[in-house]
Amino acid sequence: MGNIDRPLSPHLQIYRPQLTAALSILHRASGVFLAIGSLQLVYWLNALAQGPDSYAQAQAIFGSPVGQLILLPWVLALFYHLCNGIRHLFWDMGLGFEITSVYASGKLVVVAAVVLTLITYGVAYSMQGGAV
Amino acid sequence: MSMRTPLSLVRGHGSAKSGAHHWWAQRLSAIALAPLFLWFVASFLVVAGGDYAAAVSWVRSPLNSALLVLLIGAMFYHAQLGMQVVFEDYISTHWLQVASIILVRFLAMLLAVVSISAVLSVAWGS
Repeated sequence: MGNIDRPLSPHLQIYRPQLTAALSILHRASGVFLAIGSLQLVYWLNALAQGPDSYAQAQAIFGSPVGQLILLPWVLALFYHLCNGIRHLFWDMGLGFEITSVYASGKLVVVAAVVLTLITYGVAYSMQGGAV
Repeated sequence: MSMRTPLSLVRGHGSAKSGAHHWWAQRLSAIALAPLFLWFVASFLVVAGGDYAAAVSWVRSPLNSALLVLLIGAMFYHAQLGMQVVFEDYISTHWLQVASIILVRFLAMLLAVVSISAVLSVAWGS
């Protein structure tokens, strides 16, 4: 990067960790994770199109511990990205920029994402014994 | 009096008038995806708990197959727009950045078409 003999702005590690910054990068990270995890939907739909045998195989994979290890964080990431995305849309309309609102909505988004994930899994397990 | 800088006047390049397109497309696809995903998770919970026949009849319902196609299209469009921003921000090697964006666009299109094709083949029977 050439000559750095000049004042530099403080980098990330200088700042005290803040909820707002963490949620911001988490929005991006969850988006990337969701994009990669979309392969699950592609696989499920194609397994269904292939017939009963491949569908049963797909259901077994999604229900297995390894399958759940990917699906559960994906569902959580989905609800987080969805809730925080709505938070972003309010900002786009110019609403909720006060520092207290930003923190309140941030906490609300985290709680909503966890609660929606718990509800989803609660319903899934009550309907049958496993695979979402 | 023009507010343009002398350099921009010399270059003669005006605005391409598409500066906000990416931003706007990302918001619109987000607005579409919010209800689509709530519908998808809610109905998928019921479907995935059932057997093969239940899943097939769910996809076969015209409303469900239409919403699935919309979900797939909006999802891969939104994902591709988001990944583009990530690449633009974090890949500083220009050729690699452009190559990554092109690759993700092709991938998103491929996966969307493969998924929609699967939905339609179930919906219309084969």
